[in-house]
Amino acid sequence: MKRFWFPIIVGWLASNGLAAPEPKAALFEEARIATPETPLDVLIFRGLAKKNIRPTYCTDAVFLRRAYLDIIGTLPTADEARAFLNDPSLNKRCALVDRLLERDEYADYWAMKWSDLLRVKAEFPVNLWPNAAQAYHRWIRASIRDNKPYDRFARELLTSNGSNFRIGPVNFYRAMQDRSPEGIAATVALTFMGVRAEHWPSNTLSGMAAFFSQVSYKPTREWKEEIVYWNPDKALAAALLAAAPATNAAAQPGPATLAQKGPLVGLLPDKTKVKLPPDRDPREVFADWLISPQNPWFTQALVNRVWFWLLGRGLIHEPDDIRPDNPPSNPAVLALLQREFVKSGYDIKKLYRLILVSRTYQLSSSFPADKIEQAAPLFAYYPLRRLDAEVLIDAINKVTGTSDLYTSAIPEPFTFIPANKPAIALPDGSITSPFLELFGRPARATGLANERVNRPMPSQRMHLLNSSHIQRKLESGPVLRQILNPMRKQQEIIEELYLTILSRFPTSEEVTKVEAYMRSGVVNGSEAGLDLAWALINSDEFLYRH
Amino acid sequence: MNGKNGDSLNPVPPGSRLTRRMALRQGLCGAAGVLLADRFLTSARAQPKPSVTPKAKSVIQVFLWGGMSHSDTWDPKPDAGYDYTGQFREVIPTNVDGIRLGALFPNLAKQADKFSIIRSMTHRNNGHETAAYLMQTGHMPGQRLAYPCIGAVFALLKGYNAGYKGLIPPYVVLTQPQGRFSEAGFLGSRCKPFATGGDPNASRFEVEGVIARGITDQRQKARRDLLQSLNTLGNAQPGQPELVLARDAEQQAYSLILGEGKDVFDLSKEDTKLRDRYGRHTFGQDCLAARRLIEAGVPYVTINYPGGWDTHSNHFQTMNRQCPNLDQGLATLLQDLADRGLLESTVVWCCGEFGRTPKVDWQPPWNGGRNHFGNVFSVLVAGGGFKGGQLVGSTDAKGEEPKDRPVYPIDLLGSIYELAGIDTDAKLPHPEGADARVLDVREAGAKTAGRLKEIM
Repeated sequence: MKRFWFPIIVGWLASNGLAAPEPKAALFEEARIATPETPLDVLIFRGLAKKNIRPTYCTDAVFLRRAYLDIIGTLPTADEARAFLNDPSLNKRCALVDRLLERDEYADYWAMKWSDLLRVKAEFPVNLWPNAAQAYHRWIRASIRDNKPYDRFARELLTSNGSNFRIGPVNFYRAMQDRSPEGIAATVALTFMGVRAEHWPSNTLSGMAAFFSQVSYKPTREWKEEIVYWNPDKALAAALLAAAPATNAAAQPGPATLAQKGPLVGLLPDKTKVKLPPDRDPREVFADWLISPQNPWFTQALVNRVWFWLLGRGLIHEPDDIRPDNPPSNPAVLALLQREFVKSGYDIKKLYRLILVSRTYQLSSSFPADKIEQAAPLFAYYPLRRLDAEVLIDAINKVTGTSDLYTSAIPEPFTFIPANKPAIALPDGSITSPFLELFGRPARATGLANERVNRPMPSQRMHLLNSSHIQRKLESGPVLRQILNPMRKQQEIIEELYLTILSRFPTSEEVTKVEAYMRSGVVNGSEAGLDLAWALINSDEFLYRH
Repeated sequence: MNGKNGDSLNPVPPGSRLTRRMALRQGLCGAAGVLLADRFLTSARAQPKPSVTPKAKSVIQVFLWGGMSHSDTWDPKPDAGYDYTGQFREVIPTNVDGIRLGALFPNLAKQADKFSIIRSMTHRNNGHETAAYLMQTGHMPGQRLAYPCIGAVFALLKGYNAGYKGLIPPYVVLTQPQGRFSEAGFLGSRCKPFATGGDPNASRFEVEGVIARGITDQRQKARRDLLQSLNTLGNAQPGQPELVLARDAEQQAYSLILGEGKDVFDLSKEDTKLRDRYGRHTFGQDCLAARRLIEAGVPYVTINYPGGWDTHSNHFQTMNRQCPNLDQGLATLLQDLADRGLLESTVVWCCGEFGRTPKVDWQPPWNGGRNHFGNVFSVLVAGGGFKGGQLVGSTDAKGEEPKDRPVYPIDLLGSIYELAGIDTDAKLPHPEGADARVLDVREAGAKTAGRLKEIM
């Protein structure tokens, strides 16, 4: 893959002596026209050329912030920002991607995203219970940290047996409101195939349900423990029970009746009929079909999801509404990603890297407003997206040096969260804070991507602009206090605030504006510094991935 | 002292008259909203139903988290013996013949003509989160869908879908969110309640995000200008649809922060004597704030009682401490709403997620506590079309089972929806397009004994 990577030539603009672009644009986008570099780019740029779109690249400062937020859900520190911006090496963007993929926060952040899909939450609407949620999350995070091949990840979720407290992945079968075979099948289709089963003909779902008809649950003597296991007799027992009233006689579950039922037959979503051998867990039969390289559903759903996460929109959109009448906007890109993903042995990090080092990912977020909607499915620009609730509060805590209190209403001793734990690392959707609830943390009820809503609401703006919660952080945060040290030069304070909060140096125009505010006499010196920090935290540049 | 409630139609002090007129003006959009809601619903119905102007424009819900004992309060059983009554053997008459309350409620006793008590509320669910879900959504817990609670349904059908344009969100909770179950369910974050935070009994009710400590309006405006001039990314991308949404939200936020809208939270605009009557404690001032909110047109306000009622232990001490505040605040709220002519258009309902075991648990570690009890308990309802001075249903001699006329959650919520003109069979928007109704008697396990026609 390395051979596709050509560094962005940062000095290009200066050395070619072109007329300087207007300063605002230079801050966020480079002046030259972007050109395709990787095979993926070639396919995207072909679509752009057809519409006469000539995209531009984002600047280093924008890329730095974008990469941190997209890959690890965490802001760079001022020092990290300064080091990257001052680094003269030509392949520094690529090197940054590689570094970030190995950070601990990578596992935290993507475990959070997967926990949304896999509905990791102790209570409501499903009672998973606290230590089962912890075990589930622990397994998910470890899988992501170790870059477990995705086919194995899926297979373990689908075929595990055992205690909800001890075997994390069995909670997949518990974290759903409808545990009937059809309910399980619908959840499996949504999670691993990106399909909403209600769009299927009814026999497709009932045929698939056969594979999950022997999933059983039983309690133990330990409070809230539950065993998920394969029970080959379950379907027959249920069938006999159903048949009993019809015969209007006392049910006699004898061998004859069992034999009459015959072997279980499952119908795969690709319409293949499978006779299920009595000595094999039908979930394994399904899982092996699902993860086979010949099955386009499995890889399509995953690569599309990753594309959605990184570029704000699925090639098939929404990412969990895949159906024949909702085709991909660029089928060739989807096919390329699937091919590469299978070739890599289902290596998730390689897939991330393939996208992250492409020119497509490095496009500017600026685009003419009147054409922005038509250009969205072409991926002509990087779309603005408000930071997720957890990422936002972590960013605010990081730049101020403060922390938040996260609690669960469930009276079990699993809710004492160390003060320095970031919100992206919370293991359980029931452990929360008013801020997270206000800013649209998903309820983890359905596993749908659209459960997370980042549409701005007035009450959220009020909170950021004017709440005691945020104001206290500004006034008492040790990081800010250190920056606003009155012994420092004003120039230095401004620069440090910009680097800390926006991960870039201020422009001279901005410095002039800030100095004017500090001189205006509306507020005294230290308050003026706080107001600057307040304004930067409330700016679109801070609040939006761009 | 509250015996003087009868003459509280006394002259309104000049300060509060202005407030009231302002509040009425703000309330206009609320009234228009109700009309719009009606039209919306009528057109959405498959079969036209007899059109009746809804009596209830707004709802104040007082929720007693943890579950308040019914037998010590609104369904006393003085003859059940010490193992049942504990120290609360005394009952008091009310201003309605035949209705008696526990002695901890002398103020409510003077208002009994304004409210009715359902003594046969039942759902037989003893888990906090599931019982609270049942009581506030009317749906059976453990089903496939996570339904919104009644406040969130009002936020949608009486708020956003009904052209509600108020600056204050249509569903407000005083002061802390309930947690434990997701109030908005599948309706999503827009229908979540706005939790005020702060303490209305403090010298200044610091509503989170609306009223900040130590920031003058002058600095507030200067900061706003600074933000606008330094918003470099936003200024470089004018008209960006994503940022247009942000500007709208910001503008609305500022119209509360810097505008008159926030006056609704300024309880100092009320007559001090009235504030005293509500009680100088958080719950009393919660009630006053709730009245001001519904005056301003907010369709649904929940008071999440500041203090728990989950009295497994320390039961009698907790009741002695909390009941007088509940009594004072709630009684004054009913009187005040009636004085202002607002009671007939405002439903007030008060209960917990369940009652508590009528038999005291004297064993350690409870040492005189009461446990969860969903078999039967009491609910107070008033206003908005509910008749006062009535008892609905009754319990057996010890308050352990409904004796007649059981009332299920679906019956209670269905009655409130009906009074507000909300069709309980209306479809709610579900992200997966599932068939989800406001209420659904066809759900597995759902029980109904009919709406509260006897008091409507």
